[in-house]
Amino acid sequence: MSLWKQHAKLERHSLLLLVGILLVVSIGGLVEIAPLFWLQGTIEKVEGVRPYTPLEQAGRDIYVREGCYLCHSQMIRPLRDEVERYGHYSLAAESMYDHPFQWGSKRTGPDLARVGGKYSDSWHRDHLTDPRSVVPESVMPPYKFLAEKELDYSDIVDRMKALHTVGVPYTADMIANAKKDLEAQADPFSTDAVGLRARYGAKVVNRDFDGNPDKITEMDALIAYLQMLGTMVDFKSYKAQAPENQR
Amino acid sequence: MADQRETDHATGVETTGHSWDGIKELDNPLPRWWLWVWYGTIAFAIVYWILMPAWPGLHGYTKGLLHKSDRAEVTKELKALDIKRGEGAAQLRTASLEQIEKDPKLNAYAQQVGQSVFGDNCATCHGIGGTGGKGYPNLRDDVWLWGGKLEDIQYTITHGVRTGVEGARMSQMPAFGRDELLKPDQIDDLTEYVVHLSKRPADAAAVARAQPLFEAQCSACHGLDGKGNQQVGAPNLTDSDWLYGADRASIRGQIFAGNGGVMPTWGGRLSPETIKALAVYVHSNAGGQ
Repeated sequence: MSLWKQHAKLERHSLLLLVGILLVVSIGGLVEIAPLFWLQGTIEKVEGVRPYTPLEQAGRDIYVREGCYLCHSQMIRPLRDEVERYGHYSLAAESMYDHPFQWGSKRTGPDLARVGGKYSDSWHRDHLTDPRSVVPESVMPPYKFLAEKELDYSDIVDRMKALHTVGVPYTADMIANAKKDLEAQADPFSTDAVGLRARYGAKVVNRDFDGNPDKITEMDALIAYLQMLGTMVDFKSYKAQAPENQR
Repeated sequence: MADQRETDHATGVETTGHSWDGIKELDNPLPRWWLWVWYGTIAFAIVYWILMPAWPGLHGYTKGLLHKSDRAEVTKELKALDIKRGEGAAQLRTASLEQIEKDPKLNAYAQQVGQSVFGDNCATCHGIGGTGGKGYPNLRDDVWLWGGKLEDIQYTITHGVRTGVEGARMSQMPAFGRDELLKPDQIDDLTEYVVHLSKRPADAAAVARAQPLFEAQCSACHGLDGKGNQQVGAPNLTDSDWLYGADRASIRGQIFAGNGGVMPTWGGRLSPETIKALAVYVHSNAGGQ
């Protein structure tokens, strides 16, 4: 039992024990985390996924602030019933620009990964203002104040710079025009929408999301974010059956 | 703390040699059942590594002998589901809407599909029973904005209303008040005229004043008789069905702001045969045309 005698030394020397613990714990980290930095196949190669527009990003920040993820997931699992109800299962590529991702782990309300385009802006407005006016059995709290609260986007440039630092491919052009793009997307008659679409793609729609043309509210931003969710990937060009896309 | 192992007199078991305040610890072996379960879990882990996707490497990960893939499995399950749905689903694809509705078996199948899809996708706006609400049309009556024939309903579901997508049904009532196309007293008169159109008592003088105004501003879409035009989704103003409210304030508000609802495009989200089933469901649950 000489090996156990050696172990006794480790047990009776706090610094040695600490080093030993660190060694053992870091094996788990190395095996689970480190490979993600070099494995190229984790994120599927898809067409269409782009960084969020400034208005969508501001809406995302409200989504996080209000804790929507506590009741809503954004993760359609590859299970028959989920795909039948919500649409194509979620891809890793769809949350590659999320910091942090909003997969969630609780579904008190439905999954929102593909909610974009499923309802009209005015439905979202009605529903966020008073959920039970459109879904009588809903237990969601009302978020009426979002329609009254003006969106504070004075720091949108800083937020985008921070995201750029952690790997979101915002270009210098996108960052320089952040405020202009945000205002353009919330205004259906904006002349700057051309620039917005040039930077973020032809599918980006500029409209008055909250039905109040007088000001850009938090409701505008949140609905803009919700209406984009799950709509980016071009599933026509995505080869779901290709071996490299199997998990 | 001493470090001397000794045999305990009372039990005959050797101690660990640890002693705290005179209390000594017996070195009993671990329960066998516990030990074997533990060995079992280690063996299970090794078998799992071999069979299932497990270890990451430099260029990928070990796929395991079973080549298990959740994504491949769900594809298979969806295909199996398609086969399980069998004849009905296949017939939905080829049969025309009229055929589906007339064939009792196919109709019953379409009703089942329609009901479940309606509950998940449409009820959020049109209500669980399809009875609608303010701004969301009632689908249980015989009033239709964009046509109540099977093909009309199928088209509306597939393309949506005012989505901005090509093919979507599109019209826009002017905001006569907000955009200052009419003066406030003219809008008051028109409100009376619309109330009069729906066969309710109204201020006769105002109705007379509004008559030429209605003919000039409203009749192009709503018709001279106010009976509407389904080509442009202009509602019939002579019936008792009101999307944005029947009272004078609501009618005035609608002339003022010219609201128009948006219905999403379902073409990309639901399969063509699902939309067919849905069209038949909606058609037969309302007074379809």
